[in-house]
Amino acid sequence: MVESDDFVQALQDIGFDFFTGVPDSILGGIIATLMERRLYTPAVREDEAVGMAAGAFMAGKVPAVLMQNSGLGTSLNALISLNVIYQQPCLLLISWRGFQGKDAPEHLVMGDSMTQILDAARIPHRTLSEQSLIEDLKWTAQTFMKQRIPVALLLKKGIVKGNHP
Amino acid sequence: MRPEEGTIQSRARAMAAVLELLTDQPVIICNGFPSREAYKIADRPTHFYMIGSMGVAPSIGLGVALAKPDKKVVILDGDGNVLMGMGTLATVAALQPKNFIHVVFDNEVYGSTGNQPTISRLVRLEQMAKAAGYANVERVIEREDLVYEFKDMLKKDGPSFLLVKVTEQAEDVDRVMLEPPEITRRFMKAIE
Repeated sequence: MVESDDFVQALQDIGFDFFTGVPDSILGGIIATLMERRLYTPAVREDEAVGMAAGAFMAGKVPAVLMQNSGLGTSLNALISLNVIYQQPCLLLISWRGFQGKDAPEHLVMGDSMTQILDAARIPHRTLSEQSLIEDLKWTAQTFMKQRIPVALLLKKGIVKGNHP
Repeated sequence: MRPEEGTIQSRARAMAAVLELLTDQPVIICNGFPSREAYKIADRPTHFYMIGSMGVAPSIGLGVALAKPDKKVVILDGDGNVLMGMGTLATVAALQPKNFIHVVFDNEVYGSTGNQPTISRLVRLEQMAKAAGYANVERVIEREDLVYEFKDMLKKDGPSFLLVKVTEQAEDVDRVMLEPPEITRRFMKAIE
């Protein structure tokens, strides 16, 4: 399992310097680390978070948005009618609740359809794994720079450790 | 009956008064008629015109304001937009960005879709902003009050919220004749 401290450092090392989002338990350790480093601006809704990321990007920052995959539903319109069409890239760090049907009922439909929704919206995505972490982050940075649209990294439970259990 | 009694100023006229007081400040303008009217009144590279993502204008402005604390950021918004993105009033108030001015033209209707009523006649948006904790909150009807309060907000520390009651009248305006990626690139260069 990757330490959240190392994960946040890796994101900072490839240039990310503005972090916002809405929490999820899978993202808890990462958010705690970001807060310790005073890098995290909390949002109250995921469409607000992607809007803030768009503004921060246009003002010279390299933004990342953290959200549970339920928030993908909440923010989808902003993502496709703002960030995608205006070419305002950001990293979407999305926790994969409902993966393989093992979660609470409210997560199951989104857990099953999330990658299809991302494909349909033409948002490039990759599922993060410990073995391919460096390569996954490299791909993220390259896609961000080249396509200039939101790029999603999907985070299953147990990949990045939470330092606050 | 709409609009509120005593309201005689159109949004375009009120917006022209605001834009006249601005020079190189970043301005985020919400989707629908407001962006189209601003584009016609005074097109500047510091304008970010929205064509979609209703409700998100203050979020974009907040991102700019946090990243550029030395620039006053102005958001030109509407009542339907504020109602849709109401949570952002709380986020702004919690963060207290000093360089954030939120101007809301309140015509009490969804003007871009055929003037269906909003609920802003029943729910006072400036009171929501005040309760959330914006540093300065004003509500104006007359043009001279608008000019006075907006000038004051340009000088003061924010976050500021200025509600401007306007009529339903919309100008006969074209769409914004810029492609979205061009709007982004132009705005980024202008606020560097």
